[in-house]
Amino acid sequence: MLKRSVGAAGCPAVTGERYRIMSCTGKVALAIRVVPRKILSVPWWMEIFLFTVTSFSRTCFELGPSGQLGWYRGIVSPSLHRDGDFLFKVSVHTIMGVEYMTSYWDAHHETMSRDQLAEIQTKRLKTLVERVYTSVPFYRQAFQEKGITPGDIKSLEDLKSLPFTTKKDLRDTYPFGLFAVPRSEIVRMHASSGTTGKPIVVGYTKKDLDTWSDLVARCFSMAGGTKEDVVQNAYGYGLFTGGLGIHYGAERLGATIVPISGGNTARQIMLMQDFQTSILTCTPSYALYLADEIHAAGVDLGTLHLKVGIFGAEPWSNNMRRQLEEKLGIRAHDIYGLSEVLGPGVAMECPCQNGLHVFEDHFIPEIIDPVTEQPLPYGEKGELVFTTLTKEGFPVIRYRTKDISTLYPEVCECGRTHLRMERITGRTDDMLIIRGVNVFPSQIESVLLEFGETEPHYLLVVDRKASLDDLEIQVELSANMFSDKIAGLEVLERRLRERILSVLGISAKIKLVEPKSLPRSEGKAKRVIDRREL
Amino acid sequence: MRVQQISIFLENKKGRLAKVTEVLGENQINIRALSIADTTDFGILRLIVNKPQLAYQVLKEAGFTVSTTDVIAVEVTDQPGGLSNILRHLDKVGINIEYLYAFVTQTTSAALIVFRVEQVDEAIKVLQGNSIRIVPGDEVYQI
Repeated sequence: MLKRSVGAAGCPAVTGERYRIMSCTGKVALAIRVVPRKILSVPWWMEIFLFTVTSFSRTCFELGPSGQLGWYRGIVSPSLHRDGDFLFKVSVHTIMGVEYMTSYWDAHHETMSRDQLAEIQTKRLKTLVERVYTSVPFYRQAFQEKGITPGDIKSLEDLKSLPFTTKKDLRDTYPFGLFAVPRSEIVRMHASSGTTGKPIVVGYTKKDLDTWSDLVARCFSMAGGTKEDVVQNAYGYGLFTGGLGIHYGAERLGATIVPISGGNTARQIMLMQDFQTSILTCTPSYALYLADEIHAAGVDLGTLHLKVGIFGAEPWSNNMRRQLEEKLGIRAHDIYGLSEVLGPGVAMECPCQNGLHVFEDHFIPEIIDPVTEQPLPYGEKGELVFTTLTKEGFPVIRYRTKDISTLYPEVCECGRTHLRMERITGRTDDMLIIRGVNVFPSQIESVLLEFGETEPHYLLVVDRKASLDDLEIQVELSANMFSDKIAGLEVLERRLRERILSVLGISAKIKLVEPKSLPRSEGKAKRVIDRREL
Repeated sequence: MRVQQISIFLENKKGRLAKVTEVLGENQINIRALSIADTTDFGILRLIVNKPQLAYQVLKEAGFTVSTTDVIAVEVTDQPGGLSNILRHLDKVGINIEYLYAFVTQTTSAALIVFRVEQVDEAIKVLQGNSIRIVPGDEVYQI
């Protein structure tokens, strides 16, 4: 049993079965998280309106467990029960439980049987192969080199014989070499930033944009979004697919979209309050930054209407999710997508938070061994590969994403039949090989977050000294882990070092740095500096 | 009887100490005493200032990791064995000193010793019981 004291103003969240509120004067904002056991159960949220107070003193109430599951936020005010017991009346403005009533945007496709799905996929795959063979010289040549003609693709199993497409292929054919329709049919283009050379350009037909909006609306709906919601979209607008992809999906859903784009944190917080934003969409690192700024600004969480966050475009961990959920009083969902395949809306996490459903009626996912390129069975970790089934403008065949994940076939509790992919745990090219050990920044992040007292702002600096790899982890020291004794800080460093050693199997130097001294991004987080010259 | 000390986490990096003093100067905060404890990578700057609460607030706002700690200031006569006399009393009752530093004042010939112990109240009682003058916070801030 865990007890945690909570201040009256803007308390973050309490976990466990009993809650102590440090002030009983006036109204107290309360956020409670209880881990869900059964997701799609009855509307039990009605029950949480009253808490029995098991003991009462001048400065604190101790509340008995509500016995209910889910996230609750609301204003609590004490009142006297007729039996002399104190009760808390909770006027709830957000009951996170309601969001568990996940709704299907496209019930037919989201819940169809695996057989039906395979049938659709086979049909669409055949059409796709036929189409790229006739209209994209690159694919025709690649198929011919392997001695394949469209007629050879008869079942989903035959997908394995098709060649892979890589990022390099996309660069080599820059700008329009892989477009499968005449340029005049393309109504929008998106592109990568091109920091490592020529950008990647992708094109969408009118129908592609329609499909995309629909899939993003599916994502919102999965996270509990409805037309009643106000969506604050803090993904960057522009060539990056995140901003516009989310934008049109939210419009399709019928929600109210606030196209604020990234940055300008003070305005983000102001509009969040004034417009009563209920869904926040941005990168998880920016969400964390926003959460910190919200707390720094002394904003009472009870005055916000946030209930759901849809975060993506960079890998994040479950620990980071917990932090975001506690700091913002929301339920945080992972959304996955990449421009080469579509943009956001390729896969989405349902309220079970147990992997992301890949929209298999539009994409075929595979997991391969990044070195041998052999497909791996379900449950094994490897590189994600996608084939698009319905895209017209820019279809891809077995595109190697460089993202590391695992696929799980079991039907989800939410009722969706689509495969679940594990949240991205790293990138094949982010993967650091340090002294022969594969290290993903996300692993280090989870270690840092385990400490609880550590803000998850860190930077990995890899260097090679006297032909030995050297890993330094720079960690920002937050106020709650600060000790005014050298020994206290040295103990902290040692504990971090020991934990890293046991998790990764390699030793690292821990360097504590001042808050806000590591580079912050309002887009993707910079986590690694590799100074090795190999 | 306690004196509020401000502790600041500093990386061993150029200009960090200057930044702290700049923030304090801008807010008309006067430093009474300071000490730095450091390792190769970081240091802890400990300050006695005339306005500790304001100092804590402005440093925090400037983005520093800062905390306040209660320490004890005692007057030590300027003669051999002066400090030893004080430490002896604390040692006798098993109070361990985490760290200490000294400074002289303009007004008296005595030195002031600032020290940090876990058992602040107990230490105060012991020292007072042995007629050692403890300089209260308000007085230290105004030196």
